[in-house]
Amino acid sequence: MNSEHDAALRLQTPLGRVRGLGSARGGTHHWWGQRLTSLALLPLTIWFALSAVGLAGASHAQALAFIAAPLNAVLMIATLLLSFHHTNAGLQVVIEDYVRGPGMRVAALLAVKAVCGLLAIASVFAVLRIAV
Amino acid sequence: MSLTHDPRDAAFHGRRTDGSTVRRPLSPHLQVYKPQLTSALSIFNRITGCAWAGGILLLVWWLVAAAAGPGAFGAVQWFLGSFVGLLILFGMTAAAWYHTLGGVRHLFWDAGYGFDLPTTYTSGYAVLIGTGVLTVLTWIVALVVW
Repeated sequence: MNSEHDAALRLQTPLGRVRGLGSARGGTHHWWGQRLTSLALLPLTIWFALSAVGLAGASHAQALAFIAAPLNAVLMIATLLLSFHHTNAGLQVVIEDYVRGPGMRVAALLAVKAVCGLLAIASVFAVLRIAV
Repeated sequence: MSLTHDPRDAAFHGRRTDGSTVRRPLSPHLQVYKPQLTSALSIFNRITGCAWAGGILLLVWWLVAAAAGPGAFGAVQWFLGSFVGLLILFGMTAAAWYHTLGGVRHLFWDAGYGFDLPTTYTSGYAVLIGTGVLTVLTWIVALVVW
């Protein structure tokens, strides 16, 4: 069996074979990002659930004291950043599945990225404003 | 589109790139398949994920309001403590545990475990039961604290 036939079976261009890289050099990046954030969010979700339950009916002063505690502030910022990364990654897949037409699709993807980015910054800024 | 009597006909309504309809075999889709536990849990993982994309807005509101001052914080606490607010929070709790447990199930699949049908059904029921138990448990603790 000749190598050209092998390359055709692997749907790879000769240039791609020479470079030894995938089509976009990172085909699994998005997939890995989604899995890694989900893994990291597992313990954080448990921490968040316990914290949220403990804050049921909290006064403003109690809420501020909770957020200002260094461990809580760090874990809250980690939860926020990972959650928005995971949210953006998940919504991206949903949009790619359901939104038809390249114009609408790109517009929706960019809008979701913008909203996720801004909300992540706003919420982290709020935590820092209270904690610092 | 013509009225279909044979459900299999539903898989034959294709569209050309210009948008005109054409009768040709297509990959079977939702309207053909009988809902199963496996497919229902799969779509619920996506639905609960999308629900939390909305639910996280409440967390952002809560944090920003806490930073803004007692007035803004009082408003968000009033809303979350209202009937509608509690209903949303209860739904978010169930969605969170479902998506978390469903996510663990997916991570096991990603690692190559639990693909055979009996295990898939067992893990599926485990996710449903776990979601119910953890949701009720979370709210019992929350009501005790509150």
